[in-house]
Order: sequence, then C-alpha cells, then structure tokens
Amino acid sequence: MMQAAQQRPRSEIFAWGLAGLCVLVLAMMLIGPLVAILSQAFIDPASGQWGWQSMAASLAAPGMLQSTLNSVQLALVTTLIVLPLAYLYAAALCRTAMPGKGLMRMLALLPLLAPSLLPGIALVYLFGNQGILKSWFPDGSIYGFWGIVIAQVFYTFPHALMILLTALRVADARLYEAATVLGAGKIRQWLTVTLPSVRYGLLSAAVVVFTLVVIDFGAAKVIGGQFNVLALEAYKQVIGQQNFSRGAVIGVLLLIPALLSFVLDHLAQRKQQAMLGARAQPLVVQRQPLRDGLALLFCTLVSGALLSILAMAVAAAFIKLWPYQMQFSLNHFNFDDVDGGGWGAFYNSLLMSLGTAVFGTLLVFVGAWLTEKVAAAQPWRQALHLLAMLPMAVPGLVLGLGYVFFFNHPSNPLHGVYGTQAILVLCSIAHFYTTAHLTAVTALKQLDREFEAVAASLKVPFWLTAWRVTLPVCLPAVLDIARYFFVGTMTTVSAVVFIYTPDTMLASVSVLNMDDAGDTAAAAAMASLIVASSALACAIFAVLSWLLQRKSQRWRD
Amino acid sequence: MKKLTALSLALSALLTSTLALANTTLTVYTALEADQLKAYQAKFEEENPGIKLKWVRDSTGIITAKLLAEKSNPQADVVMGLAASSLLVFEKEGMLHAYAPKGVEKLSKQYVDDSNPPTWVGMDVWGATVCFNTVEAAKLGLKKPESWKDLLKPEYKGKIVMPNPASSGTGYFDVSAWLQIFGEKEGWAYMDKLHDNIAQYIHSGSKPCKQAAAGEFPIGIAFEYRAAKLKVEGAPIDLVFPKEGLGWDLEATSIMKGSKNLDAAKKLADWAASKSANELYEKNFAIVAMPGIAKPNNFIPADYEKRLIKQDLRWSASNRDRILAEWTKRYDSKSEAKK
Repeated sequence: MMQAAQQRPRSEIFAWGLAGLCVLVLAMMLIGPLVAILSQAFIDPASGQWGWQSMAASLAAPGMLQSTLNSVQLALVTTLIVLPLAYLYAAALCRTAMPGKGLMRMLALLPLLAPSLLPGIALVYLFGNQGILKSWFPDGSIYGFWGIVIAQVFYTFPHALMILLTALRVADARLYEAATVLGAGKIRQWLTVTLPSVRYGLLSAAVVVFTLVVIDFGAAKVIGGQFNVLALEAYKQVIGQQNFSRGAVIGVLLLIPALLSFVLDHLAQRKQQAMLGARAQPLVVQRQPLRDGLALLFCTLVSGALLSILAMAVAAAFIKLWPYQMQFSLNHFNFDDVDGGGWGAFYNSLLMSLGTAVFGTLLVFVGAWLTEKVAAAQPWRQALHLLAMLPMAVPGLVLGLGYVFFFNHPSNPLHGVYGTQAILVLCSIAHFYTTAHLTAVTALKQLDREFEAVAASLKVPFWLTAWRVTLPVCLPAVLDIARYFFVGTMTTVSAVVFIYTPDTMLASVSVLNMDDAGDTAAAAAMASLIVASSALACAIFAVLSWLLQRKSQRWRD
Repeated sequence: MKKLTALSLALSALLTSTLALANTTLTVYTALEADQLKAYQAKFEEENPGIKLKWVRDSTGIITAKLLAEKSNPQADVVMGLAASSLLVFEKEGMLHAYAPKGVEKLSKQYVDDSNPPTWVGMDVWGATVCFNTVEAAKLGLKKPESWKDLLKPEYKGKIVMPNPASSGTGYFDVSAWLQIFGEKEGWAYMDKLHDNIAQYIHSGSKPCKQAAAGEFPIGIAFEYRAAKLKVEGAPIDLVFPKEGLGWDLEATSIMKGSKNLDAAKKLADWAASKSANELYEKNFAIVAMPGIAKPNNFIPADYEKRLIKQDLRWSASNRDRILAEWTKRYDSKSEAKK
C-alpha cells in the first residue's frame, strides 16, 4: 500500500490522505462519543465492573416503565394526527391547482425555524390558566398529554410534510390515464394507484414523526405538567440528580426507536426510488374549482393554526406583565436582568451557527467530493458513507451526553476542547451531518464523472477541476448545506444542553433555562429572536442562491 | 509517571503561590444570582488586589452536576454560594479541601460544617415561604392558608405548585422538613394528602413563586428571597410562613481539592467569612452566617430565623437518596393517574 502510494503522483497521495483525515475527524466526532455512552450504560458506577447491573437497576427504577409507556402512547397519537394532516396538505400542494401554493408551502415549513420549546411556551399563553382561550382547556388541563401532543404536532408537521411532498411529487400520469380509461372511480384510483406509490413515503413519515416525538424532551418540559416521558427523564436524571449512568441507560434506550426508524426509512427509500421508471410521464393537474377550493380552505386552516401558535409566542414576548398589565413593553428583551445567559447567549448562538455552517459545509463537501469524484480517495468511500449516515440514527440528547463522557475523560488528549466553543461546533456538525452529506452527494452525482477523467488525462490537477467546474456547479447545494447547518444549530437544544458552559451559553438553551426559572415571557422573547434570525438567514441564503443562479447556473438552461 | 505529575504539580503550586499571587485568576463556580455577583466581586477584588475572580455561574442543579462530572479533572478552585446539601455530597466524594477561614469562630456554629477544620462555611440561609396570589384567590374565593396543614384543604385542589425535590434544593428541604416536623410516618401521610392538591411538581425552585405571581397557579411553595423580590416588583402576592416551621438550606463556600491556586483560594474563603462579605449577603438575605449583621426586611418577619426548623443538614444529605427514591415511587410514577 505504502509503496504503491509513493509511486503515485503527490496530488493523489494528498487526496487519499485528505479523505482519510475527513473519515478520521468524523469518526472522532461520532464513534468516540457513542462508545463512551454505551460503555457508561454498561458499567456499574459503584464497582466499576462491566455488566448488566447498572442497566437492570435503571430499568427497574420507579417511573421508568410508566414514562416509557407514556412516550410510546404520545408518539403514536401524534403520528396518527400528523400523518393525515400532512398527507392532505401535501396532496393539496402537489395534486390540486389551488392558488397560493408557494405561500402555503412556506407557512407550513415555518415551525422548522423555531426551537422545539416554542410551541409549549405559546400553549401556556393560549390555553393555560391565564391563557386567552383558557376555556378550551379548563383547570389547567393543557398541562399534560394533550398539551404535549399539540406542541409535537406543531414541531413534527413540517418534517412529515417534506417527506410526503417528495413522495407525492413523483407520479406517473400514464397510470392515472390507464385507470381512468379502465373506468376506475376516484376512490379506486386512490387505492390502486396513489396509495401504492406513496406507501413508502407514508411509512417513512410515520417513523420519522414517531422518533422525533420519542426523543424530544422540550415539549414535555414546558407543557407536560406531571406527564413524564423518557427523554425528559434522561434530562432530569443528569441535570437534576447528577445521575449520569442512568442518563446513559436512557440514552441507549432512546437509540432503539431511532435505529429502528433509520433502518425502516432506509428500506423504504430504496423501494421508493425503484417506483419511477425512466418512461414515466409527469402528472399535469387540471383545474377543479370545488376540489381546489376545499384544498385551499384546508391548507388555510392548518397553516393558520401553525401561524397562531408562532404568533402567540411572539406576542407574549412584548407584553409587560401577563395577565395583569397587558401593555406593550420591550422589557422582556432585557435578558441581562434574568438568569439564562443574557444577550451574550444570543450572540454566541449566532457565532456558533456561523461556525457550524462554515466548518460543517467544508467538511461535508470536501469529504463527499473526494470520495465521489477523486479516484485516489475512493478506498474511503464506504467508510465515509457509513459514518455519514450514523447521525440520523442518534438522538441529539444521546450524542450530547456522549460528548460529555468522551471529551471530559482525563485520558482523552482532546479534553482541552471540553468547555470551549469548538465542542459545540463539533457536536452540531455531527448532529446534522447526514442530511448535509446526502445533499452534497446528490449534487455531486449530477455531474458526469467524465469531467474528472478528461481533466486527469489533460494532466489538470484534481483540485483545479474542482475549483473551476465541480464547486461552481454545486454552489446552490453548498449554500443549502450551509443554511441547513445554520438554522439547525440556531434551534437545537437537545444536542448542546449537556455541553454548553456558562461562558458558551446558547440562545436555545437559555430559552429552556429562562422558562425553567419561571421567566416565561423572556423565554418567549428569546425564542422569537431565534425564529427571526433563522428566517433572516434563510432569506439571505435565498437571495445569494438567486444571484448565483443568475450568474453561474446559466448552463442549466 | 504519576509521581512525576504529582511532583510537577507540587512544583507549579509552589511557584504559583510564591511568585504569581501578585496576579492570580481564581475560577469560582457559583449558583448565586447574576446581580449579586457583581457586588461580591468588586468588594473582594478591592480588598485583595492581585486576585481576579472568574465566575462560572449556573443554577444549583446544573453547577452540582457539572462539578460531579468534572470530579476526575476539576476545573474550579472555589465553590461559592452553592447549597450546603450539594457541598455535603462533594464532601462524601472527597472533593473538598478542608480549611478554617480567618474569623470563622465569629460565625453562628449551626451555619458552619462541624468537622475540624470545616470543609464548608455557610454564607446565608434561604428558607421556605408560600407565595399566595391575592387577586386570583379573590376570584376563586380561596382563603389564605396559615399552616402546612391548611394546604390539605379540598378548596386548594389543583391550585398548588411546588418544586420537585429530585431536581430542586428548595423542593428537597420542604420534603425533608415535613419528615422532620411530622415524623417519617406522619410526614409521608401528609405528602400523600398534599399530592392530591398539587397541580404540578416544578423542575426549578424559583418558578413556583413566579407562576403564583403571574396567576397561572394561585399558590406556589417557594423561598423567601424570590418571594420578597417579586413582591417588591409589584406582583399581587402575599408571603405566607407556615406556622409548623420552615425548611431551609445554606449557601456556602468551599475550596476544591486539587486547586492550583490554593493561597488565593484561601483568601477568598477568608473573605467569604468576613464581616464585609456578610454585609453584602445581608442585602439579599434575611439571615446571614455572622450574627448581628442582618437588618429587617419589610416583607419578612423579624423572627424569621426562629421559624426555621431545627435540623441536621448532614441527616438530610445522607438520607437524600432514600427519601427521593421513596418520593419518586409515591408521587412521580403515578402522577398522571390523578387526571
């Protein structure tokens, strides 16, 4: 191996080495922490021995069975509500000719810009004991099962919608024509043509929603009242009771649904891709006033509900003293007056998100580009792909806890990273790696490999090809990846809640802490700021992308 | 290898203590309120030129978790303003450096660790108080409670919030106080009945009173500093001090074992026990470790200290796991059955 490498031109050794470095960095960001948390779950804290004692003791602890059942029940009910709503919404966007599709799509994706705690906070002001619609949930009954369900529906809806949009977008018009010619009615057509073609999308959406609900602790924290769930139990064990080993055990439990959904989703996606033959005809939707009108009404109702939850949180941020002094006030933005990190947390979040966007995009793109396009780096392709898919199956809470165990271990030479901003950036990159990687690979695959082959035969170094051809062509995807990293890092709580320090406080965590201390209005104010900056970032990226499209993407026409 | 590290540590400690005291930065972990820190830091640095304080501040639960997580690799030189019940956990783990600050004999004995030299020294006391929202109570026709037993009345069903003892120091001293006032058997029987009236057990100790102040729940079991502060800010609440007696804990200071700035750390421990420090604590708390310093507060009765229960903090620390396991079994796991 080494000898062969020495005979190769230097540039190839460099490419091989650089790709290897990417794999190594990613392994350190994922495998290290995961091994650390797994071993923590199987080591008895008292004796230091390996075994099942710690696991068994944690599982038998009071409340564990109940909170597991609660999590499952909650996830099932949320899935049953979100799935039909998201399906109808996606169908309205893809299969009707209703007006305002762009706006409806944008409104439905708005919850992605908010931290997962925002809906819970909004529900307190909407349906709590002093809420504007308190009669809907009398005697504080919003605190508990239904409160969490509503918050989770808000939070998971756009995730389900995006999957179903992809599933419904691919349709073979020939199948519908054939069905119509054969005299099949609307219902029969839906059962025999539509449903089979979207069943994998539906399955995929269902497992994603289910998993998101099981691994989230924010909604239950804010609006759950006495309703305990598994993810919140992990948080309480670590933050409230300093019981790291039990936190690790619950973390391992949370890995199970996430891994299962990952496998199911993977299988479903494979089948989904095979659905569409090369000769498929795109479906052209005809106008049908009644159907289109109903679709518009439905979408208006759903997006209206999502929007009112968001608007409630923003409004609460500007009210002086709910419910006794309902005047406009900017006082709740004086974050330095309350515990939770102050304005410094917000600026730090911006900086962290920017750092994640820059370094994450760099790592993702260089890794994907080398292993996809440069022959010398090919040996790393499988390893990188496997590692890149892993974060999808690891809940943020588990990853973050693993970071504590791994990086704060005194024998880890990297423990200097612990407590710095670098660890937050590393953890965020790892947490959001999968989607970013897939976006990069998809974009790179659009480019013919001939470019590299021709360039190589002309003795053009591979990086020059990348700089002149690959990167410019892939720039829209690169911007997409950067935006995804930025918004994800702005809004995530679970991945960073165990590894921030008072010096590296983050906005999303300060929402959690301010709500925890009872400063609900300040928490609403910070959550609104997060939404505003995520939205602004999206707008900036959209403009950049548009400018690029005009400048460098003309070849596509 | 280990010996070598120990030697180099000892050497560097020696060097820092002799040479670098002129400009030492102490890392201090704390759960004190943000606005209190500024005053403490200014006064300490004024009286101890050459030593700078670097605060690492978070809530009691998080700071405690952080210190335990860093046990094998401590980052803090001193812990200042953390619950004594947390410090007792560290003491059991052997994480603290015993040291008798200058003038410690002038402090009330019951607020200083009784081992010699003490591992922690108290600064001030915070104790139980019930926040009662008068506006909401008038709407709902609720009478003001006077005692812990009053809170069992059926009219308060679903109207009371209290901190969860498993995550909040305030919540834990309420529970351990009830067990000490009423006795174990009666205490649990009391909590069984109280559980029927509790709307929610809250993760943090400050939130119940803030929820009472906002009218979200009319009655919040809290502590006097938060309650008095909210009342000063204009919240429509009355402070109730149940007559059976009030649970309490101490904010205290300790030097961390393994501190590389031991001399400077001792200076801070000395200052934390001094008169000028106690005069600053007095601005926020009704009871401070040095007798004769505290001044009356408009909303806190003058005999507040007498209303605190007589308790052995070490008992509540060593029984913590047992009490919390029992509490969790009784109230946490079956909590949603009462819907």
